[in-house]
Amino acid sequence: MISGFILRALEGKIVVAIAILLGVAILVPALNLLVPAGSAFHIPTYVMALMGKYLCYALLALALDLVWGYCGILSLGHGAFFALGGYAMGMYLMRQIGSRGVYGNPELPDFMVFLNWQELPWFWHGFDMFWFAMLMVLVVPGLLAFVFGWFAFRSRVNGVYLSIITQAMTYALMLAFFRNDMGFGGNNGLTDYKDILGFPVQADGTRAVLFAMSAIMLALCLLIASGIVRSKFGKVLVGVRDAESRVRFLGFRVEHIKLFTFVVSAMMAGIAGALFVPQVGIINPGEFAPANSIEVVVWTAVGGRGTLIGPIIGAVLVNAGKSFFTGAFPEFWLYALGGLFIAVTLFLPKGIVGTIQHGFSARKAMKAAREAEKGRDIGTPMAQAAE
Amino acid sequence: MNTIAETRTKSLLYLDGVSVSFDGFKALNSLSFVVEPGELRAIIGPNGAGKTTMMDIITGKTRPDTGTVLFEDSIDLTKKDEADIAQLGIGRKFQKPTVFESHTVWDNLELALNRSRGVFATLFYKLSPDDKARIEEILTTIRLTHRKDELAANLSHGQKQWLEIGMLLAQEPKLLLVDEPVAGMTDAETAETAVLLKEIARTRSVVVVEHDMGFIRELGVKVTCLAEGSVLAEGSIDFVSNDPKVIENYLGR
Repeated sequence: MISGFILRALEGKIVVAIAILLGVAILVPALNLLVPAGSAFHIPTYVMALMGKYLCYALLALALDLVWGYCGILSLGHGAFFALGGYAMGMYLMRQIGSRGVYGNPELPDFMVFLNWQELPWFWHGFDMFWFAMLMVLVVPGLLAFVFGWFAFRSRVNGVYLSIITQAMTYALMLAFFRNDMGFGGNNGLTDYKDILGFPVQADGTRAVLFAMSAIMLALCLLIASGIVRSKFGKVLVGVRDAESRVRFLGFRVEHIKLFTFVVSAMMAGIAGALFVPQVGIINPGEFAPANSIEVVVWTAVGGRGTLIGPIIGAVLVNAGKSFFTGAFPEFWLYALGGLFIAVTLFLPKGIVGTIQHGFSARKAMKAAREAEKGRDIGTPMAQAAE
Repeated sequence: MNTIAETRTKSLLYLDGVSVSFDGFKALNSLSFVVEPGELRAIIGPNGAGKTTMMDIITGKTRPDTGTVLFEDSIDLTKKDEADIAQLGIGRKFQKPTVFESHTVWDNLELALNRSRGVFATLFYKLSPDDKARIEEILTTIRLTHRKDELAANLSHGQKQWLEIGMLLAQEPKLLLVDEPVAGMTDAETAETAVLLKEIARTRSVVVVEHDMGFIRELGVKVTCLAEGSVLAEGSIDFVSNDPKVIENYLGR
C-alpha cells in the first residue's frame, strides 16, 4: 500500500528533482567545509545560508501550491503557518540559551526577565526538549489549519472570500504576536540563539547540517506531495479545483478532501519555518505580515502552479532576484516584484514550468496528429462515435 | 386509483407537498410526484417552472421549506447532504456538461466509479482488474473507447454530455436525474442519446428534464408537466400535449 504510494510518487521527472536536491544537500556543504577558502569552488558560509533560506522558501511555495495549484484554495495566509513553525523552533532555541542570556536567568528568556515575569508561561513548557519542539512544529500549524479549515470548508466558504479570511487570519496573528504580554517576545521576537542540540548555531558545521536538512526536507516533502498528487486522491483534488459540485454529486466529501490537504500543506509550511529560523537567526511578528503570504503566491505563480517543480524554481528564482535587486537597486525591488507578477499573469499564466510542459505536450499532440493524418483510414472520431 | 399508502410501498422516489421559496418567490408550490423503480420519466415545463429546483431538492443542494421527500420509501432525503445522497444511489447530470476537463476520459470515469471515497482509501487506491473491466464496459456504452486517453476538455459538446452520463453510470445509481441532456446537440446526437437513455433505464430509474419535444416523443415515456412549482398534468406525451392547461402555460407560448 505505502510502497505503491511511494513508487507512484517517484515516477518520471520527480525522481530527478529529488536526486538533484539530495545531491545539493551533500555537495554545497562539502564545497563549504572541505574546499579551502581561496579556491574558486569554495562556497562561502553566507552564500550557503542564503541558499538554505531559498530552500525554506521553496518548501513554503510547494506547500502553497498543494492547496492552490491542485485544490484551487488560494490561501493568502500561508505565511502564518510558516511563522508558527518558526516560532516553535525559536522557542526551543531560546530555551537552549539557559543562563548565557544578558540577565543570566537559567529558566526565563531575557525578554521575560525584562518584563518582570517570575515564571515561565505554561505554553513555554516542554520546549526545552528538541523532540517536543519538533512535534509542535507540525502540530501547531496543523491544528490551526484544522480548526480554520473545519469551519471554512464546512460552511463552503470559497474563492475570494476564503482568500480574504486567510489574509485576516495571518494579520490577526501578527497583531497578537506584536503584543508583549502574549509571551513571544513582542516586537523583537525571538533571537540571539546560541545552541541547537548542543552545537553552536553560528558554526560552519552546524550551518552546513542545517542547509543539508533544508534540502532533504524539501526532497521529502516533494516526494509526499508527488505521491498525493498522483494518487486517485490527487485526481479528486484537481476535480475539486475544476468542478467542485461535480465531485460533491459523485459522493465525495469535499470538505474532508480540502481539510486534509490544507492540514498537510500547513505542516509543510511549518517545517519550512522551523528550518528557516536557525539559519537567519531570528523570528519576529513581521513574518506574519500579509505581504509575506502574498509574496509566496507570486513565487508559486512565477514558477508554475499546479506543477510540483514550478513553485520550487519560482521561489529560488524570485528570491535570488530579490537578493540581487535589493543589493543593486534597493528602491526598485517592489516595483520589480509587482512588474514580475503582472508580466507572469499576462504572458505566462501557467508560469515558467507550466509553459515549458505545455509546449512539450503541444508538440507531442501535433506529432500524434501528423501520425494520425498518415494513417487516414482509421476514420474520424465523430464518424466512429456515430456508429 | 391507488391510495397514498399503496403508492408509497413501491416507490423509489416519493415527493409530497414539497414547497420552497426564495425571497418570497415560490419556486415549488406543494409539488407531489412519484417515481417507480425501473421507470423512465420525462419532465417538461416552461422556464421557472421549478424543474431544476426540484432536482436541487432531491439531491440535497436545497432544503425544502415544507414537504416530504423519501427515497426507497424510508430514507428522508431532506436530512441528507449531496455526498450522502450520491452514496445512497442518486446520480445527477447538470444542464451544462460538467466533467473534469483537465483529466482524461478514463480518469473521469475512474473517479466516478462507485468505490470507497474516503481520503485514505483514495490516497492508496490501486486500479483493480474488476474496476478496469467496468470502466471499459462503460466506455463502450457511451461510445468513447477510442478517445479514452484524451483530455475531457478536447471532447465535443455532445461527447462531454455522454461522458457525464458515463460517469453517472460508473456511480451505479438506482436513480438518475438528467437535466436537459440534448441541449446543444445535433439531431444525430439527440437520437443517439435517446437510445442511450433507454438502454440505461433498463436497469435503473431515470428522470429526464427536457425542453425538446421531439426528443421526448422519441423516448416514448410517461411525461410530467410542471408549471409555477406544481404538477400541471401527467400521462403519455399525447395526453399531456393535448391538455388545455399545458397548451396555455407551456406549448402555446
